[in-house]
Amino acid sequence: MAESTGKNALIDLRGISRVYGEGETEVRALDGIDLAIDEGEFVAIMGPSGSGKSTAMNVIGCLDSPTSGTYLFDGVEVANLTRDQRALLRRHYLGFIFQGYNLIARSSALHNVELPLIYKGMPRAERIRAATAALEKVGLAHRDHHDPSELSGGQQQRVAIARALAGNPRVVLADEPTGNLDTTRSIEIMEVLRDLNRNEGLTIVMVTHEDDMAQFADRLVWMVDGRIESDSPTQRAA
Amino acid sequence: MIWEAVKLAVQAIFRNALRSFLTVLGIVIGVSAVIAMVTVGQGSTEQVTADVEKLGTNVLMVMPGQDAMQGGPATTAIQQFNIRDNEALQEQLAIVDISAPLSFSRARAVFGNENRRTDIIGTDNRYFEAARWEVAIGRVFEPSEIQSGKPVCVLGETVRKSLFGYADPVGETIRIKTLSCTVIGLLQSKGASTFGSDQDDFVIMPIKAFQRRIAGNTDVSTLYLSVHEGVSTDRAKEEIERFMREIRHIGANEDDDFTVMDMKQISTMLSGITDILTGLLSAVAAVSLLVGGIGIMNIMLVSVTERTREIGIRLAIGAQARQVLTQFLVEAIVLSLIGGLIGVVLGLVLGFVGAQMLAVPFAPEPGVVLLAFAFSFAVGVIFGYFPARRAANLDPIEALRRE
Repeated sequence: MAESTGKNALIDLRGISRVYGEGETEVRALDGIDLAIDEGEFVAIMGPSGSGKSTAMNVIGCLDSPTSGTYLFDGVEVANLTRDQRALLRRHYLGFIFQGYNLIARSSALHNVELPLIYKGMPRAERIRAATAALEKVGLAHRDHHDPSELSGGQQQRVAIARALAGNPRVVLADEPTGNLDTTRSIEIMEVLRDLNRNEGLTIVMVTHEDDMAQFADRLVWMVDGRIESDSPTQRAA
Repeated sequence: MIWEAVKLAVQAIFRNALRSFLTVLGIVIGVSAVIAMVTVGQGSTEQVTADVEKLGTNVLMVMPGQDAMQGGPATTAIQQFNIRDNEALQEQLAIVDISAPLSFSRARAVFGNENRRTDIIGTDNRYFEAARWEVAIGRVFEPSEIQSGKPVCVLGETVRKSLFGYADPVGETIRIKTLSCTVIGLLQSKGASTFGSDQDDFVIMPIKAFQRRIAGNTDVSTLYLSVHEGVSTDRAKEEIERFMREIRHIGANEDDDFTVMDMKQISTMLSGITDILTGLLSAVAAVSLLVGGIGIMNIMLVSVTERTREIGIRLAIGAQARQVLTQFLVEAIVLSLIGGLIGVVLGLVLGFVGAQMLAVPFAPEPGVVLLAFAFSFAVGVIFGYFPARRAANLDPIEALRRE
């Protein structure tokens, strides 16, 4: 699976560069990367800080636009989409998990998970059913009325995973999902992600700086200075 | 989606209840000032109308000279009326029901150690009928007393109180200038008029007694008329003017040397004062609404800054700019509508208290209440738009990075 053909890839980056600033202060956060990810893959992106892995995630997540190159998501050129169209693409096809959980404070776990469904325009009853189901998947159905402040870090991250899953996305993008957690909690979170990938065929792209966590993925992309230095199956997959 | 936005807005507003309340204070003050003022103003107008109706809508007054209400100096010597003018109106003009002659003077009425400066009025029994005065104690004049100009008098309640306290004045003798006058009756109090003037502060005597002993002439200063039911004020004025020109021998090219006033004119003049007051206070209220709007804009900008991260999350999970804009705009509108609601309630309470204090009817205006809500809504839209647009245009990556 490591060597994708790129032809039918769900995510297909070709010669993507992202440049900040101009002239002498120019920073090439991404410097012509090619990356193709197929449906059902679990890819970990690693690299030292400043290597461009977060920028790559932002581009893949349609939060940021590349300076040059083409990005095809399921065959559609993302560069041609308007801001609102990219929002729709995120809403319907992408789920996000962040290092700092990024739950909305003083809103119940259930409401947080409901949020993407509200933007999808799902009727209330159906929404609550879908959100409850997503919370069940991450083992938190019993905590649905708790505020984020009443939950532990691991639990908050599970709520965030449930929120990413609720909209039934094709890809989940996880940016250092275990960065704020201790090893035990980290492993629990990774097991949740791995199970989702194995049992439901969910495509996952994850940025991490912990090798142990990267080993839960099938494929490891190593970035240095805005370039992809290596792209190979993980030990587990190999 | 709008319902969700309203729910979110209410949550956000109550999360910072104290701050929200302080924010809407400007709107509360503006709206409540308008509502209270209009309510009290409307009550005063109703009171004036009611007072005028008490006098009778079919009452008119004829005064010598022009521009009697302006009170400017007369350019020519004013030719006063006399008692024959009154009798001519009474007998020869068919639309006239009652015509009463009135003459006035200010003088001191004395009884024992007590005295009071008051209006001395000379008239006859027709005035009591036309102006709808009721006798409380005693009686009105006998025809013989009117005929002979006997020194007898009827008191208003205020004069009775200051000269006799609560004692029965009938049969006592009071002194006005050099005239000793026997009290024969007391009229029922009409109380203060809408604008605070005391309507019960007078002594009434037969006009002949007044002319002979108080004024020292045969003038009549006002003709107090009541026309038959069903005669329109305009027609009455027209006929009276024509008749007066005739009996005063005014040529076709000459101006009237008298003025006919109807009660509507008097009431319009009085409620004009209310209108000016209402206008002034509405201007103050408009400024207050503007300041309130700026307060809302300020607090919404703070709110956008505080919730930058939340906005980033919403944008990342697929909210479109329009939806974020709607959310913050709805929040501003809900905030100012809450201000409007508190303002309406407070304004009605103040209006009620004000109406009680001024002793006028409590007359809330539904139209003004609706208008106040419309204004609050507009303030929310206008002053909420800029902060909402700022929220909608945030870059999700930047917003997510913010602590």
